[in-house]
Amino acid sequence: MEPRDTPLRAVHERLGATMTEFAGWLMPLRYGSETAEHHAVRNDAALFDLSHMGEITVTGPAAGEALDHAVCGWPSSLAVGRAGYTMLCAPDGGVLDDLIIYRQAATSFLVVANAANAAVVLAELRERCDGAEVTDLSASVGLISIQGPNAPGLLSSVTDLELAGMRYYTGAYGTVAGRSAWVARTGYTGEDGFEIFCAADDCERIWDALSASGSGTSGSGTGPLAAAGLSVRDTLRLEAGMPLYGSELGPDVTPYEAGLGRVVRLDKPGEFVGRAALAERAAAGPLRTLVGLLVPSRRVPRHGYPVVSGAGPTGAGDVVGVVTSGGPSPSIGTPIAMAYVTAGAAAGPLLIDIRGRAEPASVTELPFYDRRKRR
Amino acid sequence: MSIPAELRYTAEHEWVSIAGETATIGITDYAAQALGDVVYVSLPTVGAAVTAGDPCGEVESYKSVSELYCPVDGEVTEINEELDDDPGLINAEPYGLGWMFRVRLTSSGADTAGLLSPAEYEALAKGTELSARYLLAELTCGTYLRRRRQTR
Repeated sequence: MEPRDTPLRAVHERLGATMTEFAGWLMPLRYGSETAEHHAVRNDAALFDLSHMGEITVTGPAAGEALDHAVCGWPSSLAVGRAGYTMLCAPDGGVLDDLIIYRQAATSFLVVANAANAAVVLAELRERCDGAEVTDLSASVGLISIQGPNAPGLLSSVTDLELAGMRYYTGAYGTVAGRSAWVARTGYTGEDGFEIFCAADDCERIWDALSASGSGTSGSGTGPLAAAGLSVRDTLRLEAGMPLYGSELGPDVTPYEAGLGRVVRLDKPGEFVGRAALAERAAAGPLRTLVGLLVPSRRVPRHGYPVVSGAGPTGAGDVVGVVTSGGPSPSIGTPIAMAYVTAGAAAGPLLIDIRGRAEPASVTELPFYDRRKRR
Repeated sequence: MSIPAELRYTAEHEWVSIAGETATIGITDYAAQALGDVVYVSLPTVGAAVTAGDPCGEVESYKSVSELYCPVDGEVTEINEELDDDPGLINAEPYGLGWMFRVRLTSSGADTAGLLSPAEYEALAKGTELSARYLLAELTCGTYLRRRRQTR
């Protein structure tokens, strides 16, 4: 099957992007140098096309309660304009997707799903959300993200919204480049930034306006705002210690293993899918834990590589885990990885089997990169 | 895509420059672009004997890792140590400062028989699915090395 084009296909071609198929979409992997794109987000700002993400609305007077039943969080407790990070779990507690839910109005919620899981999330919400209307907007809604310390200044030059008063994990209706949009202070990079949900037909106009804002005085002042592709979206979120569905999260993992037990609201009223299994797991404690690993060797740990216990100077011991995500880290300087290791193993010395050679890895607190500590 | 006329090439995207009994080896502009920013390269050690067609190093980028194949028979006489500090030279100047290693040829001339001419390499780079294979590999990098071995 041919991959789907985002509304910004022509823009990516104009920018000379290297495209790749991802979750059924043809997406920009990178525009030029990944290192430059990564640093642009950390030090200035850059634009991402995230139109592959799934957008689903759940509306009606019963929408909040219906979502409370469907996901492990507590969407009905969100004030209008607030966002919540939550998960859709199977009855056995396994994660079907991680989601951001925005309460756009008293009776209206926007659910944002990973592209690869959008169909599953839609089907499950339709099944689980009794008495509420579930609508798939993925084809008609585009998503542009501007991420980086200069994002607020750049976006303010093209929006009517008062961004200074907008807190992290909130959203509001406004205009960007004269077009209606839902603008939220959320992201997946570990930097300040915004996500702009707009009509697919308005994507190019909004992208161009934001791109041009980079030549103003609030940005780097050196020309159009950088564009960043999926490749650095991954290194940025990895440095920020954020889980990725298919790597850290999946149907064989509960939120507790991923260190995200806080998203499971066992304290909310009423039944929800997965409650019994999740309550049991909460009481028993996780069997394995997600750890951050620094790898001083220059060789890069990758998804799926075994983690072995360090058995002293003679070499590697038993396999105690597996790398879920790994990559070079432009901000840290040496490769980094996240891995699931058996409970207890995180205390000992660890090695990663990088294609047949064991490389030392040291456990470090997540996230690897925290912008609040940097400045 | 730059393919200098004075060089010889391999199907695995290495280039070879032969001067007398010394071959200088790197990866092509096409390969460097397909891989994206190179973050690490491991090279054979000086003095090592190398055989044409055998893997002798690794090239790691953000989303992929691929083996470096030695295009000729001989002994490694020099490696580009600049690449340790600045592997980005491979992207910036694949045929210049991004060279990787030098080999003293076992028998000059004989080794180069299996190498591709610029025209042959251009046809290969343009006419195959290699580009798609590289790009697919970038998002499933764990399996890349194995797949590339299988497709040889």
